[in-house]
Amino acid sequence: MTLSMLYGEPRVITVGAQVLGEALDRQAVPRREVDWRPPLPGASAALARVLADPRRESANATAVGRILSARPMLTGVRPAREALGLGAGEFFHAGPPITWERASGPMRGALVGAMLFEGLAAAPEEAEDLLASGAGITLDSCHHHRTVGPMAGVVSPSMWMLEVSDAEHGGTAYCSLNEGLGKVLRYGAYGPEVIGRLRWMGEVLGPALAAALERCGPLDLRTLIAQALQMGDELHNRNRAATSLMVREIAPAVVEAAPDHAAEVLRFINGNDHFFLNAGMAAAKVSADAARGVPGSSLVVAMARNGTDFGIQVSGLGDRWFTGPAGVPDGLYLGGYGPHDANPDIGDSTITETVGLGGFAMAAAPAIVRFVGGEVADAVTATTSMYEITMAEHPAYQIPGLGFRGTPAGIDVALVARTGLLPVVNTGIAGRIAGTGQVGAGLVSPPAEAFTAALDALGDP
Amino acid sequence: MNDLVEVRPGVYRDSVTLMRVSRALTEHPGVTVAVVAMATELNLDLARDLGFAVPPATPGDLLVAVRAGSPAELEDAAAELERQLAARAPASGTRGEAPPRTTRSAARAFEASLALVSVPGEHAFAEALDAVEAGLSVMIFSDNMPVEQEIFLKDRARARGVLVMGPDCGTAVVGGAGLGFANVLRPGPVGVVAASGTGAQQVTSLLDLAGVGVSHVLGVGGRDLSAQVGGRSAVQALRALDEDPATELIVLVSKPPAPEVARAVRDLDLATPVVAALLGPGQDDLTTAAEKALRALGRDVPAWPSWPAPARRPDTTGTLRGLYAGGTLCAEAAFVAGTGEFTDFGDDAYTRGRAHPMIDPTLRLEALRGVASGVALMDVVLGHGADPDPSSWLAPAIREAVAGDVDVVVAVVGTDGDPQRLRAQAARLNEAGAAVFTSNAAAARHARLLAGG
Repeated sequence: MTLSMLYGEPRVITVGAQVLGEALDRQAVPRREVDWRPPLPGASAALARVLADPRRESANATAVGRILSARPMLTGVRPAREALGLGAGEFFHAGPPITWERASGPMRGALVGAMLFEGLAAAPEEAEDLLASGAGITLDSCHHHRTVGPMAGVVSPSMWMLEVSDAEHGGTAYCSLNEGLGKVLRYGAYGPEVIGRLRWMGEVLGPALAAALERCGPLDLRTLIAQALQMGDELHNRNRAATSLMVREIAPAVVEAAPDHAAEVLRFINGNDHFFLNAGMAAAKVSADAARGVPGSSLVVAMARNGTDFGIQVSGLGDRWFTGPAGVPDGLYLGGYGPHDANPDIGDSTITETVGLGGFAMAAAPAIVRFVGGEVADAVTATTSMYEITMAEHPAYQIPGLGFRGTPAGIDVALVARTGLLPVVNTGIAGRIAGTGQVGAGLVSPPAEAFTAALDALGDP
Repeated sequence: MNDLVEVRPGVYRDSVTLMRVSRALTEHPGVTVAVVAMATELNLDLARDLGFAVPPATPGDLLVAVRAGSPAELEDAAAELERQLAARAPASGTRGEAPPRTTRSAARAFEASLALVSVPGEHAFAEALDAVEAGLSVMIFSDNMPVEQEIFLKDRARARGVLVMGPDCGTAVVGGAGLGFANVLRPGPVGVVAASGTGAQQVTSLLDLAGVGVSHVLGVGGRDLSAQVGGRSAVQALRALDEDPATELIVLVSKPPAPEVARAVRDLDLATPVVAALLGPGQDDLTTAAEKALRALGRDVPAWPSWPAPARRPDTTGTLRGLYAGGTLCAEAAFVAGTGEFTDFGDDAYTRGRAHPMIDPTLRLEALRGVASGVALMDVVLGHGADPDPSSWLAPAIREAVAGDVDVVVAVVGTDGDPQRLRAQAARLNEAGAAVFTSNAAAARHARLLAGG
């Protein structure tokens, strides 16, 4: 056999004792030193088993390859009742499954609002009693139904959903329509203005968008996201460019399809820089779902929070959730709110980080670095550190400021355990008390135990 | 007491680096004792035994425990600690980017020809596998790797057309670069495949002294020629050197291989001649193997340099005590001497939780002080990675031993190109009263003679 290292100049990667690296320096041998640290406590044995799984390397290549090749298209807008088969009293919610008893303030608030919106209760107190009794009520995780929802992520039968299809792998995913900022259902608010807005979205916005999409045909979200990244969005906390691009694409069709409502529909979308977030989330969901179910793969296919637990799902581990307590984000607060008003982390929007957007693409969005409480360099650091725990770089989603390097995509549970680096998550902050709404936005770290628990399960023969 | 006890979560430095910090701190004025180490159970116990009040910590944390004579001296020591730690902070990457955290990540950003892994053994598998999966050959200096992991890595490497050198591979020379404990060898026609680090160092150093250099020295790990590992890397390395136009002769250095492995190696049908140095009964010693290699190349065998002890006491006889840092050198000396009590301080039993004796001489020095009479036989291995000036601590200890009626014989394994300078080291050890040899076998024969054997 020909051994390539015997020919040509030696160039060495050193990992471990510095004295051995220094010996190479004295010989003027070019080298790169690894800044090695011990793995997460208690992870060593499981790591050895997982890394020695003969399926791992090709399983991961297959799984992450599906995320990278997914071609999400916005194909329709439909009521949840019709798209997801939701019946009366059935609700989906963000994050891993949770009961009313364990639900946090904003999750309870959003469920109350959904009860009022569906006409299942006349007043908040009645809704709470019904939800607490559980009579005629079914709660389940959005993720179990090809769906994602931001913050509380509550989906009820009458809500209209964005439908995103993967033109490459054939999957479909759904996400609700974005309500805007301030007092909104997803942050746990359920006042009359919240319910009124939901009704308008069901009666006007949803049908208008559906008709417009039918006219202009499916919207290529892969291309749109790629462009938005180059215009300063990271697609989680900043969606200004993506929203603008989306409006540009659909505005003529909205005018043609719904001339009576076009102005109010476009005004509503234009007034909400986050309108695209939900479409981006469905795009991320359909891409991540394509990577599910590859035996032996240690790829994370979902990260989601319900306001109480932070959970992850892994390609090689079916639909099992691995959870830890949701942390309180560190960030900036609106008006007079402060950290004591903040609810623990909540929402399915971490599906954006799961496919390499959001916090992973921070370097693309220097305009929002203040959420990190820092400089543009911090955004670059956030993104570059995520290359350490991801399997690939996205071929289409690129970051101009990093020389058009692809975003770090495809979190590897094993790499998280080895490096101790946890995914960087950008997020909104919900008020702790039901009905408060949004109180801020910032960064949050997932609980390490979710990753070590998944690693243990992967290593379990 | 003026104690500073601290646990710094998530701060990591390797054990050799921390040993140097601890040593520098211990030598600092006013400091009575200093432990700067990763907070493993072993190190926490050590600090507790020294009377420090140690807070709870995990092995991923840095433990600092310093005791000084006065509060002012403690403050001064604390400042010195910061200086030491800062001077040994991990190198940062280019353009202010964070340095890579795994071998996998480093291989993406840096076009490497191989990787050198020396993290603690239980963690070496991940880094080595990264290298192999990135298409790189890898030297695993780390020891204590489970044999299943070694076999897995070597099979994976063969499929990728790369070589796994190790685990527990102490030395290699690839394309002129000395890796691990490596002597500075002139370039030349001899390719070496070695399942023994210090064995390879002895053979190649002697060849160098005879004016013959090496093409490559490929370590394969001490277990490679066992029945279990089946010579997976040795076979690959032999084939690779056979293909290398710069290699005219191959020397295979190993403990006696398992019979079926020996057969497999013999059946390789290589075009390049092979000289085997397989330590054991009925086999050549390392020096004889080097001489055979020289003859095979048509070169003269020189008289191997040695420096007899200045003041020999011809009448003394007594027991022979072998205090070795190199495992193969120890086994060779024990075999050649045929008598005496030999300790390999490089054995796992002595290196768990501390650095190799080629870096940290503490245990061997203690043992030398414990020899009350008779003959002490030692090895000193020079080259990159080894102690920068071993005679600085060994010469005083030899002087003490010789004054106390002990004959000291030292085998110095090294070359004229080594940074420690072979002849300067030998001269200082000789002046201190030791008989010094460049051939370990010759040293062992001399020691046996002194011991009256």
